[in-house]
Amino acid sequence: MKKYDLAIIGAGPAGLAAAAEASAAGLTVVMLDEQARSGGQIYRDVERAAPTRGTILGEDYLHGLSLIGATRAERVTYMPRTTVWDITPDGELSYTRDGRADCLQAKRLLIATGALERPMPLPGWTLPGVMTAGAAQILLKQSGLISRRAVLVGSGPLLYLVAVQMVRAGAPPLALLETQGLIVGPARHLPRALMGWRVLAKGMGLLAELRQAGVSRHKRVREISIEGEGQVGKVRFEAKQTMHEISCDTVLLHHGVVPNIQASRALRLEHDWDAGQDCFRPRIDDWGRSSARNIFIAGDGAGIGGAIAAEHAGRLAAFEIARDLGRMVVAERDRRAVPTRRALAKEHVVRPFLDAAFPRYSEALADDTIVCRCEEVTAGEIRRAAALGCTGPNQSKAFNRAGMGPCQGRYCGLTVNRLLAEANGASPEATGYYRLRPPIKPVTLGELAQMKQPDGLEKTA
Amino acid sequence: MKNASLFEPIIEADAPKVRVTFDGHNYKLPQGMSLAAGLLSAGLRSLRKTPVSGAPRGPFCMMGACFDCLVEIDGVTRQACMVEVREGLVASPAGPKEGV
Repeated sequence: MKKYDLAIIGAGPAGLAAAAEASAAGLTVVMLDEQARSGGQIYRDVERAAPTRGTILGEDYLHGLSLIGATRAERVTYMPRTTVWDITPDGELSYTRDGRADCLQAKRLLIATGALERPMPLPGWTLPGVMTAGAAQILLKQSGLISRRAVLVGSGPLLYLVAVQMVRAGAPPLALLETQGLIVGPARHLPRALMGWRVLAKGMGLLAELRQAGVSRHKRVREISIEGEGQVGKVRFEAKQTMHEISCDTVLLHHGVVPNIQASRALRLEHDWDAGQDCFRPRIDDWGRSSARNIFIAGDGAGIGGAIAAEHAGRLAAFEIARDLGRMVVAERDRRAVPTRRALAKEHVVRPFLDAAFPRYSEALADDTIVCRCEEVTAGEIRRAAALGCTGPNQSKAFNRAGMGPCQGRYCGLTVNRLLAEANGASPEATGYYRLRPPIKPVTLGELAQMKQPDGLEKTA
Repeated sequence: MKNASLFEPIIEADAPKVRVTFDGHNYKLPQGMSLAAGLLSAGLRSLRKTPVSGAPRGPFCMMGACFDCLVEIDGVTRQACMVEVREGLVASPAGPKEGV
């Protein structure tokens, strides 16, 4: 089995920045990533997309070009197209690459698996043609594709960014349906947020661009449903006490992103409920060390901070891992951490405002709305499980299979948690989350069968 | 189910187009594009029917997380958004087959 000082899962901003610093400190690094090219979702395919659609995607996207050199750094083994499906607490990773499974060992692990879109269950959200706003961005970044008749639904800065990118690409969205309320409560976060003026200025710039392009924005939208025969045909909603209807081909949903905790949960690391961000996050110290001392987590996977924050968090983790493995003295680690922490703090300053200004769409789910897309379990079935005495998502599985399909709860976990918590009058923390087990991504029996044994002998059929 | 251009290219793809078969139909798709993106650009929306209710499903997250875009390639269920288009690729909708 190949051995490394550090294994990094994910080649987004946190993973790339950590790889560069760890390699510079003399560590041997392996970076495993599911995609064919590095950058994560935020800088997806930046090297290929920059020359042809850099202006559409914007300056913040092109910043990714400064990070991807890490894949070619000395002592860094970069493994694209690699799906990690098991991680043991002692640092053994099992993965599949190009149809072959294998494993490797590392003294330290850095989980840099980023974020997922917060699930946004609505009537009709399983119809073909309904996608996440992130999916639309991926189609634009990676494939240069755009939907001509799309409606954007939800809240948050990403929604405006996607809309503006569509405008720049010559295919403005038919409408923006915004679910957030007036920015009154969040105003108390504003003075502090003003220190993160760059982010706010960018937001104002996006809104100005939308106004100029004449994109119609419906605010404080409620009662949203998506309808169509076998595919999206229209979206219906209430705004200003009036029902509206817009015919469209595509509906793009977004109401924030949440940490992707599949790996940290499967490792049984400690997690806490983050009331401000309305999600679970793994518990880490200020170097990114988790409740297991050899495992670190950096970037959005440890709590949503955005791409630039992820980059700095990746660096901090790399400094401490280098110190831990005797490649950096404490004084050097601390010296390097000073500007990094300052930059990180600047990114975090605007977060409470954004979290409060763009809360999740919280309208009560109708009983017949599907919450688990894989097993097609409805909100009503989850409530029935609660009525039968289910206190948490793991018990509820036995009654309705929510969370037991191929996505392993990625797109229903938080919804099921909330429905059970509401029905039982319990806190999200007490309600808990799915107990995730390996494999955290599917692996075929054929791939398992051809794996090398620890002693180096090939299994024979 | 086929539609006129649901997702359109904003620039002409520089990659050569190669032949892909999905559900018995032939398509010319840009090499290296994800199969999910390629089929969306060809006007498809639904890639399979669910095993529970038989409802149609298409790509949703495009990042390998939601498992909605499942297809079958060489007898193995794969995520269409995680498979790159290559010459001669043959795929079919995942899940229950008609008449089985």
